[in-house]
Amino acid sequence: MLISKQKPFEEIMGYLNGEKKIFLVGCRGCAEGWESGGEKEILEMKKKLEENGKVITGYALVDMLCDKALAALKLKNYKKKIEEADSLIVFTDGAGVQVVSELVKKMVHPGCNTISSGGGHAEWKGAERCMECGNCVLEYTGGLCPIARCSKHLLNGPCGGSQGGKCEVDPTIPCVWHLIYERLKEIGKLDKMEMLLAPKDWSVSLISGPPVKRF
Amino acid sequence: MKTKSNLERVLSAGHFAVTAEIGPPQSADPEVIRKKAKILNGYVDAFNVTDGQTAVVRMASWAACLIGKELGLDPIVQMTCRDRNRIALQMDILGISALGISNVLCLTGDHQKFGNHPQAKGVYDVDSVQLIKIVKDMRDEKKFQNGEQMAYEPRLFIGAAENPFADPFEFRVLRLKKKVEAGADFIQTQIVYNVEKFKNWMKMVCDMGLNEKVKILAGVSPIKSIGAAKYMKTKIPGMDVPDEIITRLQGVPKDQVPKEGIRICVDIINQLKEIKGVAGVHIMAIEWEETVPEIVEAAGLYPRPKF
Repeated sequence: MLISKQKPFEEIMGYLNGEKKIFLVGCRGCAEGWESGGEKEILEMKKKLEENGKVITGYALVDMLCDKALAALKLKNYKKKIEEADSLIVFTDGAGVQVVSELVKKMVHPGCNTISSGGGHAEWKGAERCMECGNCVLEYTGGLCPIARCSKHLLNGPCGGSQGGKCEVDPTIPCVWHLIYERLKEIGKLDKMEMLLAPKDWSVSLISGPPVKRF
Repeated sequence: MKTKSNLERVLSAGHFAVTAEIGPPQSADPEVIRKKAKILNGYVDAFNVTDGQTAVVRMASWAACLIGKELGLDPIVQMTCRDRNRIALQMDILGISALGISNVLCLTGDHQKFGNHPQAKGVYDVDSVQLIKIVKDMRDEKKFQNGEQMAYEPRLFIGAAENPFADPFEFRVLRLKKKVEAGADFIQTQIVYNVEKFKNWMKMVCDMGLNEKVKILAGVSPIKSIGAAKYMKTKIPGMDVPDEIITRLQGVPKDQVPKEGIRICVDIINQLKEIKGVAGVHIMAIEWEETVPEIVEAAGLYPRPKF
């Protein structure tokens, strides 16, 4: 069970600067259980966003958003509504956000912070797994996680050892910052990489936070 | 002038600056540093000491810098984020300034995997861009990273590195821009062998007007042997050694290779001097520091400005 918590509404609104039409994605799995992205929360969020001048082109709930094949199948039904939208917000853990980013060539905002993976690592096995850092940065990185995938957990772009798309630490590992660069370029959001990201608050992370589950 | 740094003075006065790197020993022997610092004395405006380069345990950069400072040289402390979190970094920044050191080079650091303690836990609490901002806020706002105020600020000329030969190439100039925005006063680049590619990068730098905001010192290094050239070309991430460099070394008798390596280095410096936006050179003569005076003289950069 992956445990996520909705980001503060003001933070989410900050992400939507200049974007009017939004498509929402929730999950009937863990996010419903933890009341961060089930149908109830998605409808509440829809209302709140509409009150704040946004147009919701539609919303989808996937049974297991971290299952890439299932998510692809489900989101196909909403192709037109997703195309109409300026961006998407995904309300579930980091793995689910990464699934949607991978499937949709559009800006995908994370709506939640992942507090803990509760011992599980989602259905989408692989390097994209979430490291439960508690303060999701996928907003700035094109839906690819530098906390989980960069050998140095960098937040401001690739180090000097990125060569030919590979990480200096191991030539079989892709440099995630290279992938982030390509993804942001593809969706026309390279400005995200020009922003100076401040030092991360690791106190909410299981990597260096207290050795307890905070839920 | 933001600091008492000799390097800052040389650059502010518009001189073409020269810095060089010293590798500290894998021991507590201060004589190694004294010997290398004496070789450089008078030939460089400031000297760097690497901070656990390639993640190998060596004498601390700040300590070796202090030994060089006692001999009258202007030290540049290299500081990596690999081994220190934001608490330790800020403590060291206060400490080096209190010791009268005026320059710091902010780096992310080579990954611990490459070193002689690959079992170590990497820190990477902050990255190099964030470290630059931390030092800048401490110096200019008297502010710690947590926002608290201090009574007496560290006065440091802030340096950063950039590698124009790493990928993605088009992002490299944006990364430089981030470092400038974060507060870098000077940049020391990765070693330049591919002058053409470096020129392209410098053109992008100048097109963005970054050369007006930061002093860029191009990295250079004499190559001692054909083996070393091949090793750098194939084994060191982020290094670009064109074939013509290797061909040129292969074109001379074996005993002449080191001399040719020095000549190539001088030729590269002479080309760099002509590139718009290049404010100086940083000589990284790795375990070959004794060649620095010869290179500086041959490149017409001796004597160094005195104030």
